[in-house]
Amino acid sequence: MPGTKPRTKSWYITAASMIVLAGLLAASVGTLPLSRRWYNVQELAEAVRHPPSLRPIVSYEHYEKNPRFPTAARIAHYAVSWFGHDDLGRSLFYRVLPGFLVSLAIGLAAAMIAVAIGVTWGAAAALAGGRVDFIMMRFVDVLYGLPYILMVILLKVGLTRPLAILLGGHSRGTDIIILLLAIGGVSWLTMARVIRGQVLSLRGQAFVEAARACGAGAFHIFRRHLLPNLVGPIAVYATLVIPQAMLQESFLSFLGIGIQQPTPSLGRLAADGVQAVNTFVGYWWLIVFPCAVLVLTLMSLNFIGDGLRDAYDPKSKTVVLV
Amino acid sequence: MTARIIRRIIAGFITVACVYALTFIMVVSIPGNPFQSGARNMPPEAEQALRARYHMDNNWVYFGEFLAGAARLDFGPTFTYNEWTCNQIIASALPVSVLIGFLAILVALMVGVPLGVVGAVRRGGWLDAGGLALVLLGISLPTFVTGTALLTIFALFLRIAPVGGWGALAHLPLPVLTLSLPFVAYIARLTRVGMLDVLGSDFIRTALAKGLRPRTVVWKHALKPALLPVLSYLGPATAQAMTGSFVVEKVFGVPGIGQHFVNAALNRDPGLILSTVLVFAALLVAFNLLIDLVYAWVDPRISGAV
Repeated sequence: MPGTKPRTKSWYITAASMIVLAGLLAASVGTLPLSRRWYNVQELAEAVRHPPSLRPIVSYEHYEKNPRFPTAARIAHYAVSWFGHDDLGRSLFYRVLPGFLVSLAIGLAAAMIAVAIGVTWGAAAALAGGRVDFIMMRFVDVLYGLPYILMVILLKVGLTRPLAILLGGHSRGTDIIILLLAIGGVSWLTMARVIRGQVLSLRGQAFVEAARACGAGAFHIFRRHLLPNLVGPIAVYATLVIPQAMLQESFLSFLGIGIQQPTPSLGRLAADGVQAVNTFVGYWWLIVFPCAVLVLTLMSLNFIGDGLRDAYDPKSKTVVLV
Repeated sequence: MTARIIRRIIAGFITVACVYALTFIMVVSIPGNPFQSGARNMPPEAEQALRARYHMDNNWVYFGEFLAGAARLDFGPTFTYNEWTCNQIIASALPVSVLIGFLAILVALMVGVPLGVVGAVRRGGWLDAGGLALVLLGISLPTFVTGTALLTIFALFLRIAPVGGWGALAHLPLPVLTLSLPFVAYIARLTRVGMLDVLGSDFIRTALAKGLRPRTVVWKHALKPALLPVLSYLGPATAQAMTGSFVVEKVFGVPGIGQHFVNAALNRDPGLILSTVLVFAALLVAFNLLIDLVYAWVDPRISGAV
């Protein structure tokens, strides 16, 4: 029944989530020099879709020759087959780890875009008040009325050519930037609503009145008095945007308009794995390992977001819905 | 009350109109069009003639024409599915998605509400943590993975469900289950938060002090107010569930409307984009209105807000 001590177990779960994330991050960053060289090394002739094995199944010449770090190269060589090999004979281990970084970067960047637009929009609406507030929030309502899948695809399709021209034609990063803009462009709506509500409730409080009475301008009040009070909710909702953005990336990859080959991302790898499993049941590792890392990441992020919300706002009734 | 409902309906029409206008702007401003996509490489004269035939050579005329057609529930031709009109596509695909979506929401309520209540009552316990983990697992996996996993387990290994397709009762459970998973997660979380809030209030303490059994208090007294946040979530959720899911339809081979949202956008098919968006927006507005009415009926204090 209510009234029992609530915090401890959720604190442990949040801490464990942070450790899991830190471990994944350390593993991916630590192997980055190796995975950067090996993520796309193909062995078409002999190693197609090898199952996972603790010892390297094939002796890749590319993997063994590393004049600068012979010992490290030998250890890393051993990890090559841990997650098996994909249809091109590429080491899944050295695709999943950088894929985690790519997915996390997409999530973080989308969260940053959502924070930038959402906080500006929501705070501006609340501070302007009256008719401007009404129109700005109706605009958000209308955007909610659009099927978001359609919006992501239209943004993605619409931005491709202008951005390619802007960046000077051929650029490998173009599709990632577009993906970020498209996902960030649909993720700021909830943030705008939350921030508007917060600013509205803060604006009426005595310390803001006092600042205004002292002659402080609107921008000064926002920066010095409102923003510090918004950091909590911003952190909470940003943490919850990251997993959503990563899921959306996986959906776009499933459609074939997400991250393009050969760049790995967890969503891309899971989507490829699903295709492989659909046609030939048996290649389970192609789907199990990317999904395991994806689930670990997303669950950790969700737990951290929930933990942050409990810490900052124990009586909060709001639950992120979109 | 009647005046309020009428006002809400008018506001709903305005919202749908704004959604239409915004989509239209996006559709005409993105590069590419159905006449030039894929293998179809027609000479400019032919494209011009086609545009003129469908009143698409002038955006303003097309804007008005489509709107006038939509008002008569005639959404015009598609450009990517030969010999199909938008009406025929919607008429064949929407009922499928509505059925699956309705059942998915029903399943989500039947699973999510008890999960949330148990989580709130045993707050901080292992049942709470386990339920939360289960729920988070549901939203931490992409739908194409959960769908494929269910398909592999039930259709290929256990052989108790068909691999895919549409037309028999046996085709329903797997798509419904897959579609309901994310909704289960949100409903369980909303119920849990709402329940925690209600369990802390005075009337619950009074009910417990009167000597009522905790079970009666939770399920009879606390449940109704605790479900109010779930109720307001059900509006958008139902609209979303009933307009289908591309992934579920692709994995299970269901001829629903979700695929058309995606394909229309990928093919830049203006008629199909606009008509599917209108269907979605109309459903959303309708369900939000319906939910608000139910809300006012459940909680008479807020009837002024309708």
